Amino acid sequence: MADAVVGKDKCGEQRLVSLPLSRIRVIMKSSPEVSSINQEALVLTAKATELFVQYLATYSYRHGSGKEKKVLTYSDLANTAEKSETFQFLTDILPKKILASKYLKMLKEEKREEDEENDNDNESDHDEAES
Amino acid sequence: MAERPEDLNLPNAVITRIIKEAVSSSGGRGADERARGKQVLERQLCLPSVSSQLPDGVNISKEARSAISRAASVFVLYATSCANNFAMKGKRKTLNASDVLSAMEEMEFQRFVTPLKEALEAYRREQKGKKEASEQKKKDKDKKTDSEEQDKSRDEDNDEDEERLEEEEQNEEEEVDN
Repeated sequence: MADAVVGKDKCGEQRLVSLPLSRIRVIMKSSPEVSSINQEALVLTAKATELFVQYLATYSYRHGSGKEKKVLTYSDLANTAEKSETFQFLTDILPKKILASKYLKMLKEEKREEDEENDNDNESDHDEAES
Repeated sequence: MAERPEDLNLPNAVITRIIKEAVSSSGGRGADERARGKQVLERQLCLPSVSSQLPDGVNISKEARSAISRAASVFVLYATSCANNFAMKGKRKTLNASDVLSAMEEMEFQRFVTPLKEALEAYRREQKGKKEASEQKKKDKDKKTDSEEQDKSRDEDNDEDEERLEEEEQNEEEEVDN
């Protein structure tokens, strides 16, 4: 198998990297301006991702409220993204959950603001046409 | 254009396994496996925090698991783009190992640098071993081809013997059926 790096030994030794390298490569290549990737870089990125998963999971668990029930929940993760600087880059994909009613309210507010902006634009268009 | 992170998913089974090795799982895994998992974790991460092991029997909600999976994909993208900056600084078009290591520092994941360096060493040793093994195989194969050419005439005689043997075996089988 080209994907596995250091397959499992007969005695069940941990393999060096568990995540499939082909998938990691696909994600890496989707990044703009990346032309080619050295095999070592690929292996290290996969390994780093594993470390990241472990770190995110343990950090969120320790700092989260799921601890009482011995379960790691989504809100533990969302809290981590919000509160920890290291994990800030995750805020967009780990948004905090809000009640549907609140969300609908927010949508209405945004729509109102948009409408106001459009009205202002229309006025300025008029002015340009006249001059 | 970069694809949406949702389209670039990592396999759930592997993600789950990695999480469970970090946050010890409940039932289904023997005490030995868990202990080994913890040892491996400590070896891999060399993190002081890991020494205060998490209690056994912790579960992960499905939602949390898929969220972590998405986070992992985003991490790959972030790391790649960061590493790419270092490559471009060095006027190289190919990302290499040191770019990735520099990216980790840049992203404030210095804690990963040591275990990554160890993994890199292990990987290079393994590659070297593989290369030497395949070179050895090639040498053996060359030797074999040489001696095969010498034995060619002898082999043709043996082939005839083998065909006769096969026929005999077939006859035996037919007898058994009857």
